[in-house]
Amino acid sequence: MREIILIKLGEIVLKGLNRNSFEAVLKKNVKSALKSLGGCDAKVMQSAMYVTIPEGGDADQYAEAISKVFGIVAYTRACECEKNIEEMQKAAVSYLADQLEDASTFKVETKRSDKKFPMTSPEISAQVGGYILEKFPHLKVDVHKPEMTVRVEVRENSAYVHGNQLHGAGGLPVGTGGRAGIMISGGIDSPVAAWMMAKRGVELTAVHFASPPYTSERAEQKVIDLLGAVSDWAGVIKLHIVPFTELQEAIRDNSPEDMFTITMRRLMIKITERIAAKDGCLAMISGESLGQVASQTLPALFCTDDAANMPILRPLIGMDKDEIIRISRKIGTFDISVQPFEDCCTVFTPRHPRTRPTIDMARDAEAMIPNEEELIEKAIADVRKVWISPNR
Amino acid sequence: MVYLDNAATTAVSTESADAARSAMLECWGNPSSGHSFGINAERLLKESRSIIARAIGARDEEIFFTSGGTEANNLAILGCARSARKKNGHIIVSAVEHPSVLGAARRLKDEGFELTEIAPDRYGRISVQSVADALTDRTVLVSVMLANNELGSVMPIREISRLLKRKSPDTLLHCDAVQAFGKMNFSVSSLGCQLLSVSGHKIHAPKGIGALYISRDIKKPLPLSFGGEQQQRIRPGTEPLPNIAAFAAAVRNLSCDSTDIAALSSYAKERLTELGCTINSPDDASPYIINFSTGCIKSETILNFLSSKDICVSSGSACSKGKLSHVLTATGMEHHLADSAIRISFCKDNTKEDIDILCTAVGEALGSLVRFR
Repeated sequence: MREIILIKLGEIVLKGLNRNSFEAVLKKNVKSALKSLGGCDAKVMQSAMYVTIPEGGDADQYAEAISKVFGIVAYTRACECEKNIEEMQKAAVSYLADQLEDASTFKVETKRSDKKFPMTSPEISAQVGGYILEKFPHLKVDVHKPEMTVRVEVRENSAYVHGNQLHGAGGLPVGTGGRAGIMISGGIDSPVAAWMMAKRGVELTAVHFASPPYTSERAEQKVIDLLGAVSDWAGVIKLHIVPFTELQEAIRDNSPEDMFTITMRRLMIKITERIAAKDGCLAMISGESLGQVASQTLPALFCTDDAANMPILRPLIGMDKDEIIRISRKIGTFDISVQPFEDCCTVFTPRHPRTRPTIDMARDAEAMIPNEEELIEKAIADVRKVWISPNR
Repeated sequence: MVYLDNAATTAVSTESADAARSAMLECWGNPSSGHSFGINAERLLKESRSIIARAIGARDEEIFFTSGGTEANNLAILGCARSARKKNGHIIVSAVEHPSVLGAARRLKDEGFELTEIAPDRYGRISVQSVADALTDRTVLVSVMLANNELGSVMPIREISRLLKRKSPDTLLHCDAVQAFGKMNFSVSSLGCQLLSVSGHKIHAPKGIGALYISRDIKKPLPLSFGGEQQQRIRPGTEPLPNIAAFAAAVRNLSCDSTDIAALSSYAKERLTELGCTINSPDDASPYIINFSTGCIKSETILNFLSSKDICVSSGSACSKGKLSHVLTATGMEHHLADSAIRISFCKDNTKEDIDILCTAVGEALGSLVRFR
């Protein structure tokens, strides 16, 4: 019995003239997600993609991988069978045995795109439904609110029996939305921000600031692990680890204490922007949420944006912490984020950070660093690059 | 690499690795099997057990192999307290015990036992008097370590056992000797305890093997796991012979002569003091462990700094990454000292040159790293 996964395309189908290129990217992403499992054959027909699982492939693993591909609104596992009514009946009761056993009501829906097939859709539904009732006498038919819908599809080459439809990851295929640079720390928020932009089709370049010896090697490993989880959804991510110690020491030695964090954020943005631009990015991404900490008040964001030329995307800006945590649990980054390694040493945290800085204060504080440009150049020159690939 | 973290773990010695290898590839039978191949394995098991027993002055049948120090401590505390079956039983431990002792004792508290955690002095030592004060007629077990893993402080076990003999002869004394085994001269009779834990990987054996001494004169502890007839049913399961043979080989290699380490230790203390560091370990501590503070640079920062220079030390104990040490907190140490504490710990392979490299790097750290306020 050959299994296929039927993928329902999401917003892509609304894309008019660009639809073909969106579909091509999605097809490529699906194939690359399934590559390590044994690859697949994928075809787009009408508003659906048919993924054929090769002989010996583990359908559960294929389905799991597909659930993490953006651009898919829903998917259904189905089995292929010969185009005659007995085969369809047998396929329905054997392929869907577990689900039928668990349900108490069901109905059968048939779609017949091969109009040459001698039975009509209602006739097929009645025949398959009758056979199911015979084999699973505990079931009742409910055409309005069934617990289980058995779908039968008769196409040119074969017939298919589908079980219940599952939710896909939604969004747009990664690679259709350009590229952006995510500023990633070891916290809960930034991986979620990265994931949210990848969901809208954006490819990711990541930038992490390390301050050894004030931050540990484990903190860097944590960022690599976090991006590993994100890359299960977002595809390959190029991580840039920027040595930030000298800049932090320069800030501490020269800027007023209450402006440490703002100045640090401004420098991080300047560095990220240069790395991102070189990598073909059109925007930066940050995990800030309005008012969460002193550097995320509106006046503080106003001051940090002043250091940027590229747009800064902040997908979490209007979210509460518990909403962010809910997503981080779903995407598998929460448990990594809460590991207890300091990612930014408290010696550089001001005791009383300014929550309402002005642009002038921010520019003045930054201008107090005598050799800023030189330090930035040096930090960028010493960047260490790590390629992060999906864990799957 | 300069490795000064031997209280966390030690390098496996060639002799120990060879013993494991031969037990894996040659003498790999099940010691419980009836055939001669199994009997050979049993012979190796018995020899190994005997070596451990002799090292602490116990009889062979008083040695029970465990997966390590943690399991030995758990078995001693949970097993003996539960086997005492006394209503309203009471347990005494020091507040600076290893988490595997404290955790087990707190578990018993949840089960209805009363628990007293004795506060140490400024140097992590507890006094015999404080044990005497805590004793009640319901005290079933006292557990105090021989040498503390973070400070090296040595506890008055002999005096505590005398006290118990006089005041409360039915109370059992357990001693966690994981950091002292192979580093101090003692025997179970000189200490006077009925239970004693040791571990292999602190003395150049692999991780995953330890042992609990259980005096044959006491009521046997209730087991924590259930299975076959092995180890008098107190710790069932097929004996991990490669680990056991490796443990025995490491013990055979021990020399309890710590004169060289004592000289190394006082040299290190002298050099660190010259740099302006505070020595947190008491003068009479185990020479194998020195805890010191810069007083101005966070422990993690200096640890990372030293690590980047290939010098391995520890902040607090390796079991609690990043958390403030419960031992240093219990001593009531000033915050700036606890927050900047570093532990170095030696083995016989360390040299004066290691100390010189460490001290040069600490000096450099003090000159360049940002200090906390």
